[in-house]
Amino acid sequence: MMKSITAALLLSAATALPAHAACAFKNTVPLKTISAGFQAWKSVTSAMQECGNVQSDMDQNFQEKEPAALAANPALYQIAGVANETLVPLLNDGTIRPLDALIKKYGGQLQSNQLIKINGKTMAIAMDVNLENLMYRKDIFEKLNIAVPKNYDEVLDAAKKIQKSGLVQYPLGATYQSGWNIANEFVNLYLGFDGKLFGDHNEPAIKSEAGVKTLKMMKALSQYMDPEYLTADSTYVQRQLQEGKIAMSNLWASRAGAMENKQESQVVGKIGMAAAPSAYPGGKPATAVWWDGITIAKNITDEQADAAFRVAMEGIDTEMAKANSEDVIWLIKGYEPGPLAEGVAASADAGAPPYPASTAMGVMQTAIGNGVPDFMTGKKSAEATLASIEDDYRTGAKEKGLLQ
Amino acid sequence: MKPRIFLFFVGPSLFLMTLFIAVPLVSVFVQSFFVTHQVFHEVTTKSCSPGFMKQTCTESTRTEPVLGPDGVPKTETHFVGLGSYRSLLKPAAVKAAFSAAGNGIGDLLNIDFYRALRFTLTFTLVTLPLVIGFGMLTALALNNVTQAVRGPLIFTFLLPFIITPIIGALAMRWLFVGNGIMADALNGLLSQHFAILAHGWSLELLMLFFRVWYVAPFAFVIFYAGLQTVDRDVMESAIVDGASRVERLRYVIIPHLAPLITFVALIHLMDAYRVFEEIIGFSSQAHRISLQWLTYDLLVPDSSGNRAISRASASSMLTLIGIVILLIPLLRRAWREHLGRG
Repeated sequence: MMKSITAALLLSAATALPAHAACAFKNTVPLKTISAGFQAWKSVTSAMQECGNVQSDMDQNFQEKEPAALAANPALYQIAGVANETLVPLLNDGTIRPLDALIKKYGGQLQSNQLIKINGKTMAIAMDVNLENLMYRKDIFEKLNIAVPKNYDEVLDAAKKIQKSGLVQYPLGATYQSGWNIANEFVNLYLGFDGKLFGDHNEPAIKSEAGVKTLKMMKALSQYMDPEYLTADSTYVQRQLQEGKIAMSNLWASRAGAMENKQESQVVGKIGMAAAPSAYPGGKPATAVWWDGITIAKNITDEQADAAFRVAMEGIDTEMAKANSEDVIWLIKGYEPGPLAEGVAASADAGAPPYPASTAMGVMQTAIGNGVPDFMTGKKSAEATLASIEDDYRTGAKEKGLLQ
Repeated sequence: MKPRIFLFFVGPSLFLMTLFIAVPLVSVFVQSFFVTHQVFHEVTTKSCSPGFMKQTCTESTRTEPVLGPDGVPKTETHFVGLGSYRSLLKPAAVKAAFSAAGNGIGDLLNIDFYRALRFTLTFTLVTLPLVIGFGMLTALALNNVTQAVRGPLIFTFLLPFIITPIIGALAMRWLFVGNGIMADALNGLLSQHFAILAHGWSLELLMLFFRVWYVAPFAFVIFYAGLQTVDRDVMESAIVDGASRVERLRYVIIPHLAPLITFVALIHLMDAYRVFEEIIGFSSQAHRISLQWLTYDLLVPDSSGNRAISRASASSMLTLIGIVILLIPLLRRAWREHLGRG
């Protein structure tokens, strides 16, 4: 970890030195950016820094400071990285500006699917999509003569066969860490079972047949996982796959590149990508589509906004996407999806829904993340778990002013 | 000392204590009775989100904040009285748990607050005697070793206390996780696979062990220092009177160290009741949570920017009340000792 941080620092220092190397213009307005710190953001940020005068804060907990930092006047950052979920508080607080005029001036390279429109105004520019799709060990599946599972019943069958063969320690891996991660897995499956999260007026609708089915499926899947699955986050599952401890996982596409990294992966060339399995035979893939993108703060001068937008465009240009094509599935013009993108393409083609980000969903995600582990550890029945999730949600939503 | 000079000396500390302890405390106390939130209304909007190489646009009824005249979202503050305390303590659910249809204690411990309280109390009360006991034992043992090796030994015993607790907890977790060294050794010994971090009870034992390992050196140092001040004459006369080792410990050493034992117990109760590092370090949220973690979880905004400040304030007030209740017997004891000496 420390090593990679130092390496990244050295790298960014090295790229920052020959300033304006690959930037089309010389930026003279001091700018600051804030975003998450995963590989795609590192690539985009260092492309932005090539324009000069760009300072960056990259932090996996950026969402805890971003709303407050942009609400300040003048805003502490001009360029703010978001995802569909983290865009919500910025929209609610009205701290980011519409980008349509800037797009007309400088955004010729943007494709229409990159524009995140709210009420007809473009509020953010998406740069990549991310979703969880099936990653599996091609060699093991071939050896045992198992077809790539299309739905979760087939996943269970395959896991059973793999377990019997003893080729890996655990057949399955999943990001079931209690909190946000397990909530996300629940939402994926729940949407896959065609469940509705909310009724009218932000009333919760989790206590449903789809909810019970989702919990039972999660429990069934967990039998084939490392018993410590309630602490498994994305990095943990990525390592399990890289070290050959598990044979398949429905994992973030942004982690696919790491499988082919010779320095840390023992399974280079052995991992296949497929669509996320559906919750039931014939259903749509049980996974939600996420995106990452860029917003520009409202509480800054127009001159700063101008410069910020131009720098951001340099950050997400074709050149950057081509140079870093393994990082993530870029939405940028000129990017050609490689074999690692197959799972994303297949999932999206088969109708994976967008993640339903909203203020209410934030409260719901927290309630689910804290509630589901009680079912997994056997403390509560499925019905009682769903009831207490609704209860928790109601408490949170009332406090937030979403429910009367 | 003249009152004026006394005031002159304590004035700065009084001022700083008011500023950094009393004011925040009052502010948290007040916040626990109020809820501030944005005002929302429902609007039908069209929003577009990227699919893969094409866009998905949906028209939906969304809940959006109402903007004030200056473009800033409107907020409202309500007085909710004990509402936030109620949503933590859930009196209705407690009543249901102990009604005819309920499951009694089992149901009670499924409510977050009581689950956290149960763990916090067990954690505090089980580690307390162990910390004092091990601290005392090491201090006595070391007091009987030859002078030459005492220095290096004290240093070694102090090491756990020097490590930042969160780092220590993480390090211990890595020893016992899945294929960690200790986990593998234990599995070899048991000749079957046992996942320590997958069971609430084994996780709890590990957390207790970690806290004792971490704090016992603190108790040890205090007691060791105390042992250096035991009156030699009293000790020698006890020996002359034929007191055995145990009797000397019981009637001379322990009474001499009593104020220090109270002090260590006070500090440890306050620290252990705020148990937090272990929860994060051992990632035990799915199995065990503490009161302090509950406050933290309510306070940290989720990715959509929601945070429950009012409930978090109520939760910290409840933690404070808990600590005060726990400390009353010890404070009374310390007060009596103080009077006795005076």
